[in-house]
Amino acid sequence: MRVNSFGTPAYDVAHLLGGGVLLMSFLLLYQRRIGGVINAFAVQGALLAAAAAWQGWVQGAPGLYVTAAIAFAAKAVLIPIALRVLVGRLGQHRAVETALGVGASLLAAILLVGLSVMVVLPVTAGSATPLARVDMTIALSVVLLGMLAMITRRNAISQVVGLLSLENGLILGAVGVVGMPLVVELSTAALVLVLAVVAGVVVFQIRERLDTLDTSILDRHGGEA
Amino acid sequence: MTALAAVITQLLHLALVLAAAPLVVGGVRWLKARMMGRRGPHPLQPLRDLSKLLSKRPVLAENASWISRAAPYAAAGTAVAAVALVPSFARGMAFAPLGDLLLIAGLLAAGRVAMALAGLDVGTAFGGLGAAREMSFAAFAEPALLVAVLSVAILAGTTGLDAAAALFQDGALGLRVSLALALIALLAVAVAENARIPVDNPATHLELTMVHEAMILEASGRHLALWEAAAALRLTLWLALLAALFVPFGTAPAGFAPLAWAVGVLAWVAKMAALCLALAAFESAIAKMRVFRVPEFLGVALLLGVLGAILLFVSTRLA
Amino acid sequence: MLTALTALLGGLILLALLAVPLARLGVGARIVHGGCLLACLGFAAIALAALAGAEAAPAPLPLGPPWGPMWLGLDALSAWFLLLVGLTGACSALFALGRGGDHPPRVLAAFPLFLAGMALTLLAADALTLLLGFEAMSLASWALVAADHDREENRRAARLYLVFAAFGAACLVPAIGLMAGASGDLAFAALREAPPQGWRAALVLALVVAGAGSKAGLVPLHGWLPLAHPAAPSHVSALMSGAMTKVALYVVARLLLDLAGPAQPLWWGLPLLVLGAASAVLGALRANLEEEGKTLLACSTIENVGLIAIGLGLAACFRAADLGPLAAVAAGGALLHAMNHALFKTLLFLGMGEVGHGAATRRLDRLGGLVHVMPWTAGCMLVGALAAASLPPLSGFAGEWLLLQALLAAWRVGELGFQVLAVALAALAALAAALAAAAMVRMFGLVFLGRFRAPRTAGAQDGPLAARLSLLLPAGLTVLFGLIPGPMLALAEGALRILARADMAGRAGPVVLRLGDGAAAYLPALVALLLLACGGAVWWLVRRRSPAGVAHGPAWDCGFAAAPPHLPFGDPLTQPSPAGLGQPLRRMLGAPLLGATEAVHMPPPGDPSPARLAAGFRDPSFALLLAPLDRLRDAVVAQAERLRGLSIRQALMLPFATLVGLLALIAWLEGGR
Repeated sequence: MRVNSFGTPAYDVAHLLGGGVLLMSFLLLYQRRIGGVINAFAVQGALLAAAAAWQGWVQGAPGLYVTAAIAFAAKAVLIPIALRVLVGRLGQHRAVETALGVGASLLAAILLVGLSVMVVLPVTAGSATPLARVDMTIALSVVLLGMLAMITRRNAISQVVGLLSLENGLILGAVGVVGMPLVVELSTAALVLVLAVVAGVVVFQIRERLDTLDTSILDRHGGEA
Repeated sequence: MTALAAVITQLLHLALVLAAAPLVVGGVRWLKARMMGRRGPHPLQPLRDLSKLLSKRPVLAENASWISRAAPYAAAGTAVAAVALVPSFARGMAFAPLGDLLLIAGLLAAGRVAMALAGLDVGTAFGGLGAAREMSFAAFAEPALLVAVLSVAILAGTTGLDAAAALFQDGALGLRVSLALALIALLAVAVAENARIPVDNPATHLELTMVHEAMILEASGRHLALWEAAAALRLTLWLALLAALFVPFGTAPAGFAPLAWAVGVLAWVAKMAALCLALAAFESAIAKMRVFRVPEFLGVALLLGVLGAILLFVSTRLA
Repeated sequence: MLTALTALLGGLILLALLAVPLARLGVGARIVHGGCLLACLGFAAIALAALAGAEAAPAPLPLGPPWGPMWLGLDALSAWFLLLVGLTGACSALFALGRGGDHPPRVLAAFPLFLAGMALTLLAADALTLLLGFEAMSLASWALVAADHDREENRRAARLYLVFAAFGAACLVPAIGLMAGASGDLAFAALREAPPQGWRAALVLALVVAGAGSKAGLVPLHGWLPLAHPAAPSHVSALMSGAMTKVALYVVARLLLDLAGPAQPLWWGLPLLVLGAASAVLGALRANLEEEGKTLLACSTIENVGLIAIGLGLAACFRAADLGPLAAVAAGGALLHAMNHALFKTLLFLGMGEVGHGAATRRLDRLGGLVHVMPWTAGCMLVGALAAASLPPLSGFAGEWLLLQALLAAWRVGELGFQVLAVALAALAALAAALAAAAMVRMFGLVFLGRFRAPRTAGAQDGPLAARLSLLLPAGLTVLFGLIPGPMLALAEGALRILARADMAGRAGPVVLRLGDGAAAYLPALVALLLLACGGAVWWLVRRRSPAGVAHGPAWDCGFAAAPPHLPFGDPLTQPSPAGLGQPLRRMLGAPLLGATEAVHMPPPGDPSPARLAAGFRDPSFALLLAPLDRLRDAVVAQAERLRGLSIRQALMLPFATLVGLLALIAWLEGGR
């Protein structure tokens, strides 16, 4: 029996979890309320943790359990709570303002998924296990959707969530590759926390200076120190 | 012998589903009331309503044509025909060769058209409003439905419901992310087709929000009973369809097997109860959306179906 | 058999010649339409015989241009379309005969010519005859579109139609030239021997899709269709929508799938797929926004042409991927839907003509409630509308079932890009089908249901017996063809073998359409029985429990007060209007796809006049295609104007330079050989 190939439980569960992460990226784009966006992100973090843990079991790499634990603690619990507190303090319960309509951004999302499929499959042909290839496809899609979420949203907090979800995609891609050293993941995870802090600071700065979280107002200040 | 078993299964299935339909509606209503902290009407209330309505003579508007009188029968007839094709507790029913997913979609569309025509027949504002909205929602629901069917058809190799259900019950396919996405798409379509929250509110008579109720405002007596029965059958059909495709466990195989049938009936009742509970919980937790957000909701369902199909192509390519 | 066909063709041409003198005597309409009816029945009978096995091998005619005789023949593909033309032509001629009325001589002369042109296109066995028939069909139908030329919009429609007809010819002639290549032999057998390759094939594909596609009404070359089809008299509109678009599709199928196609690559079918999907969605969407009965039906024709084009394109792609059986499914769906659409669209157009006669208008905002005064027309139109909404077990569903099944199987082609395209196509086809259902409900509801919107409507009546028969005939055939798609496809087996190089043998039984062993199946007759049994059982059960009869009362309408007595049909403003019924789709899809707009004009406070909803849309093909062409024409004209200022010497130089240029071209072509 081929391990890690199509039709085995190892493959199916990994595929399912990856699909779940991707689905949450779609929901991020579909949500109009900040609360919904944060919830979707939290669920995505939890699914990512599950995917990492599953990969750890499949690859027999205990280091990935640590990654999973970090991902769960940071992405599914701490950051969402922090964001909720932030939202509460800023009084931002209104709908997220989108630069592009929800329907159009979802259509763009599907096109991006198609694009990443067309890129990853030929590039990785013959060099990796099917499991890793599917993982890479989904991971690239999640990264692209995270960027899309940052582009299509005007609100700083949902842009931050987009950035974090982009980073989720990176981790998903990293855990799928056999033999990726733990150091990289730990540093990436640390990077996220730093990013979150920076993002929080930025959000407060924008708020204090401009009295809004609508980043389109920054356009006028482009190039200023 | 197999032919006889097929006929017996079919008749038992029809009896089971027809008996279940009012219970499904009443049960969901009761569960919702409970979740919202009300006592709610008895789960058998829809059955009592039906028998009350049946014993009354309908009052037709003065300028109603024969469409108003024929449409309820057409809607109920198509609903019964469609529900006869979706397997419940056993496979190998007499009508199983007819049970094609596209045909079932067509029969549901026929019932919808009958209702829209009835809504337009008297020439009242609400009837027209409901008909226009219902047909527009359907325009978004059908692509999502077809794309979800596409994933099922690729995996099962057929759109025949009986064969697909049998294949999924085997479990040879394993867990499929594409099927999960197709399931989500089908759930959204089911919510829209059955006029449930968040697309429509089955309990409302508030003019601006109603879709389904607006079309049958002029119906009364036995005609109203038929419309209600058709709606109940449609809800039962969708739940049974989801159960048959995505929770196919416990279904009895084709052939004469009373013991397996008993198990199948129990399993089906359990599945339907679980689905009703899930529907009630979903409806209690969510608010009705604005009419012009419905395309977005169904568009997401469509895109998830497309996503599922793309992922399926990817994984079959790697096999 | 060819003799009989030639005789029928000659008879039609003779009728056209005699039409003017006969019209002077006052018997023209009867003789011409009666003759057309007989000729069409003859065509249908011969086509049926040919489909049953008695095909006529191509034979040269004793007349024709000096370099080669004209060839006529009748193989299974042409016979299938000839049957279609015969049936729709018979219904139309019967309608014209039954409806009577005065037809001006030019209409009487053009009608048989139109039929003869279509028949000649189908019977042609060489490319020149095909072109000849196609052009005769275009010109005769142009005369018919221009028949009612005292109205400005009809003149405009006819002008636009003529431009598109010329464009079609300008595309088809070079396409055929490219296919014939250097040998110059235009007989189909010779063309089939040497299919075009490389850039030549791509050019042929583009030219044929543009040339014949513009006649069929494929987006973006559909701009003329919703204007021209309604402008003609109803029986001609029926023929244009039902038969002429199919003849154009026949030309596409003949040139691309039969003559040029056996060994073409996968992309050969792509233009048809993409344009077909665009036509299906845009046509169905426009049908939901139009406010004139026949325009609405013409838009629905665009939708159905799109679906058929998808079927043909899929057949080409499947064949390129060596999936013969699936190619047969796709081509079978296309052929079946072509036949079924021809009949139900004829029915709908004739019914709309009947409505126009009865109610003196076809504007949807002036109609309503006709089911009470025109019960026969309403019943027949209901059959047609339900078939057009593709509801089982009527004929529209059978063809779409096959097309959708072919789309659901399109992933088997194996190219990832094509698979993704197939998913999108499946979604678009389903969208088009659902939009068509919405359009048909809107059409039937506005024309036949509800209250009278104008007093004139209340005086409408069903037509005379022959006109009623001309509606009953296609209605009956629509029901019948819905029940027997299996035998129909068995009849089309020869045509399938031409289009797909495979047939549905063993999969199209007397009661069943089957895709393969263990695959999906459709048993329409059993479905109809099941529906009848269920409906009957429900009726019987209900009637046992429920007291008999109905009571009548004023409409409940959420407790709205009845209208004052001076409004005998109720308050017209409380009834849904065409714009109102189209509003959800206009906002949801019309705004992004067709640039639809709507504005509510509120009267100022104190003014008792009602608020008005102004809604409209702009078809992007006009803005993107016709407007630039307009500008181009103006620019060309401005340049040409400069020629008038030339001196004689300069003017003489033009023909001289042309002559030298042509000689140089010949020298280059001969030298390159």
